[in-house]
Amino acid sequence: MLKGHQTWVFPNKPTILSTGTVVGPFEGKGPLAEDYDLIHGDLWLGQDSYEKAEKKMMEEAFEIAIRKAGLQKQDIQFFLGGDLLNQIISSSFAARTLAVPYLGLFGACSTSMQSLALGALLVDSKSANYVLCGTASHNTAVEKQFRYPTEYGAQKPPTAQWTATAAGVALLGPEGDGPKVTSATIGRIVDMGISDPFNMGSAMAPSAVDTLTAHFRDLGISPQEYDLIATGDLARVGHQIARDLLIKHDLEIPEEIFTDCGILIYGEDQPVMAGGSGCGCSAAVAYGHILNRMKKGELKKVLIAATGALLSPLSYQQKESIPCIAYAVAIEA
Amino acid sequence: MSNKKKKKLTPVQQEYQAFAKAREPKRPVPANVLKAFVAGGAISLLGQGIGDFFIWNFDFTEKTAGNPTVAVLIIISVILTALGVYDHIAQWAGAGTAVPVTGFANTIASAAIEHRTEGYVLGVGGNMFKLAGSVIAFGVFAAFVVALVKTLFTTLGGA
Amino acid sequence: MEAYLWAFVVGGLICAIGQLLMDVGKLTPAHTMSLLVVAGAVLGGLGLYEPLVDFAGAGATVPIISFGNSLVHGALAEAETTGLVGILTGIFEVTSSGISAAIIFGFLASLLVRPKG
Repeated sequence: MLKGHQTWVFPNKPTILSTGTVVGPFEGKGPLAEDYDLIHGDLWLGQDSYEKAEKKMMEEAFEIAIRKAGLQKQDIQFFLGGDLLNQIISSSFAARTLAVPYLGLFGACSTSMQSLALGALLVDSKSANYVLCGTASHNTAVEKQFRYPTEYGAQKPPTAQWTATAAGVALLGPEGDGPKVTSATIGRIVDMGISDPFNMGSAMAPSAVDTLTAHFRDLGISPQEYDLIATGDLARVGHQIARDLLIKHDLEIPEEIFTDCGILIYGEDQPVMAGGSGCGCSAAVAYGHILNRMKKGELKKVLIAATGALLSPLSYQQKESIPCIAYAVAIEA
Repeated sequence: MSNKKKKKLTPVQQEYQAFAKAREPKRPVPANVLKAFVAGGAISLLGQGIGDFFIWNFDFTEKTAGNPTVAVLIIISVILTALGVYDHIAQWAGAGTAVPVTGFANTIASAAIEHRTEGYVLGVGGNMFKLAGSVIAFGVFAAFVVALVKTLFTTLGGA
Repeated sequence: MEAYLWAFVVGGLICAIGQLLMDVGKLTPAHTMSLLVVAGAVLGGLGLYEPLVDFAGAGATVPIISFGNSLVHGALAEAETTGLVGILTGIFEVTSSGISAAIIFGFLASLLVRPKG
């Protein structure tokens, strides 16, 4: 149901019946290791290319989610998935394995919440019973496509972010035991003319602010309604900018409840410059760590605003700037 | 060039970019320059040593020792790339490893290694020069122009 | 020993300039290397690079900038003996070992190893 200009509320409260999170070795050494379902020991996952490894992670993630919910693949109506690789091959090839009706999405690093929002809409409007929403990213596959070969010696600046090797999938159903998706705000593209792919945080911050502002305005609530508001992957640089930008727009989110998945996913001792990024970053942290905290009773209402930078290697070479978008989804215990 | 770009930005965009820039961690330029100096100097030092080795032990002169020296440095660079350590050294050294001929070798080796998954012909062969191509293209073109100008100059000047 | 000192200093300085181009000039490594190669070609053509090579040895021949210088010298040397067409035939003469080594060993590496991240 539409509320305000760009927000949906879900009166039937679609439930997140289960989640599946799979990460690589580097993420497994991070502070949230306890919250992932599966940690791999190497980047190849026994595949012969990084791209196939990314697909494998997504397959493992939804297999885990389906198993935890006590369902079978045939019970799933739709799979909504996306990733960063050209033509979203990881999602499409994983969908081939899953063999359920498939809707491929591209939201770059915002795909996690983009898919969750659409999935919730489908379940809430009784257009589907069970929907799988997921995404994945793989550090070396993404670096190879967007930036440089993995062994190339280019020095990364302090604003650079580390693409997470992670996959996160959520299984939505009409009712059951589990956190409920209560509302979602669809973002619009915001481009502040930033064109440096090593500075995604600055590029994405305005879109997060735009979507968060729209969310609070459409629902007529204040940030204090939530126990936690997490942006997807603004990381240290973008998150600080977003905080200050929100204050500038007369919307202050208290520091204790405002965080970012790109900051949470890696420890201080891990060499990731500004922090984590990638589709899998927000997915694995949200579906793993944040939902676990909700299950433990530490959090009752959370808002997750995943952010994405919609550039391509070609657009960057053609001196285009980076258009960004953010999707915010509210989840209640 | 950056000013030309700034003019195409709206006032809101310009304001935001200034806002963001104030909150971004700056690149540690003096530290980076010093590290590049040390690393680049060390590689040159190594090159000097290798060159002398060839002069003393083989029939090379100061002029011709450059060739095997460069070849040895390239081999070392490819080995370090293959072992997966070059990129870590380069994160510290920056231009110190990128500017010497070692950087050139690393671009070719890293691209070749990375794209093996697409096969040897299209993957390795087709992508090998992804980063080195511009150096070769611009070097050759610049040399062509310079040599042409100089030759025409001297022939016309002489005639 | 003095040769070693100058090799270190000059090689280091050229890299320091490269670092400034990357950090302050915000050029990518590819842009920086291309710029330096072109600079080497121009300096070589003007006869200004050889004295640096005599003075600093490897400090001048190891950085990629000397690649431009070598390309020009190869072209000019050949042009002197065979005329204008020599520019085309001679360009890669001096630099052949570098480019060949990079291609050959790069290809070998791709046969033997997988990237490590």
